[in-house]
Amino acid sequence: MAEEVKLFKTWSTPFGLRVVWALKLKGIQYDAIDEDLSNKSALLLQYNPVYKKVPVLVHNGKPISESLVILEYIDETWKQNPILPEDPLEKARERFWAKFNDEKLLPSIWDAFTKEGKEREEAIATSLENLKFVEEELKGKIFFGGEKIGLADLVFGWLANLICVFEEVTGFKIIDERFPVLLAWMQEFLELPIIKDNLPPHDKLVIKYQALYEKYHPAK
Amino acid sequence: MADEVKLFGMWASPYSRRVELALKLKGIPYEYIEEDLSNKSSLLLKYNPVHQKIPVLVHNGKPIAESLVILEYIDETWRNNPVLPQDPYDRAMARFWAKFIDEKLLTTARKVSFATGKEQDQAIEQITEQLKLLENELKGKEYFSGQSIGYLDIVANVLVFWFRNLQEALGVDMFTEEKFPIIFEWIGKLVKIDTVNECRIPKEKHLDYIRTRLEALKFSSK
Repeated sequence: MAEEVKLFKTWSTPFGLRVVWALKLKGIQYDAIDEDLSNKSALLLQYNPVYKKVPVLVHNGKPISESLVILEYIDETWKQNPILPEDPLEKARERFWAKFNDEKLLPSIWDAFTKEGKEREEAIATSLENLKFVEEELKGKIFFGGEKIGLADLVFGWLANLICVFEEVTGFKIIDERFPVLLAWMQEFLELPIIKDNLPPHDKLVIKYQALYEKYHPAK
Repeated sequence: MADEVKLFGMWASPYSRRVELALKLKGIPYEYIEEDLSNKSSLLLKYNPVHQKIPVLVHNGKPIAESLVILEYIDETWRNNPVLPQDPYDRAMARFWAKFIDEKLLTTARKVSFATGKEQDQAIEQITEQLKLLENELKGKEYFSGQSIGYLDIVANVLVFWFRNLQEALGVDMFTEEKFPIIFEWIGKLVKIDTVNECRIPKEKHLDYIRTRLEALKFSSK
């Protein structure tokens, strides 16, 4: 039976991008549907009634939501180029760090971008603490997955293309020379053809995040 | 080599209890270490430096933290009585709803606990919607996992004791049999299972604990 794979996302969402990378890594053909989140399609709402969010993967008509759940589904359905290792302890480590990015690191950096005053100071401090943990985890490795990329790399991957956008828009460098291992990882990650060839346009991202920044920090 | 399994947990934590339930369902012998969260042991901080939280499973000296990560580790390491289904789509659905319980339901439950007045009413409305969504997943099934209990039942076990105790302590109209008959029917089945009962949060102790914490919060916000 012919496979039918669709991915509902937006052109810029890092959560959708990590799914794109996984699909490309495994050479899976799919249809991309870029949503306008201010005007969500009826199909999206039908496929993800609980959260009404992207990304949603639809495989032969069956929808899967939540990017980490999607990534595991992809790995279990298409076995080539695995993104999770065989060993349960190593798998647990990848999952732990994927959760850390989504539940701690990304929200803290987002807060540092969007908040003001004391809240911003606290968010920056938290982000730096979180980044230190990540730096420590990467020591002695090229990628989180070891010699080749895995789940955690795909999940942390947003740092490689979005952090420079944040830094450009805010004029504030968050991943600086205090994080040499992380900086090296970002470079290695961006050089991978799968990643390099599948990035949203940098200029368009700057425009988008500049507008968002102005929304969160209205001129007084 | 004999397996050495330790679980650092806390008696009132539903996250800790769900790991115990999984270990017991698979018949895995383990040593339980009760943590005093106001005075965390140096071992706990060594085993979970990033979050400094329970539960932490330590298997032959190697620590695993985060309860959902631990559950998957347990299922992959001890292959008897599997708790996750085989089919990737069914696994995805189980994981989706487990995340929903932890990220939405439990977050809203905390809002209901700590809010008052109009804010609390809104939180109750929110949790009602969320519980109804979850209840839908039980329709036409014996258990969340199908014919017998599995991963999602283990995660949803938070409803069986923790949620019911919270309801009683708060006295608000949040989690009742009238509102959620299908969930309560499922609860009735769960409490008949010995292993589930072995992992229950002792009710009176828990009610005291919740009430004390709520009082302390009211005090500190004056």
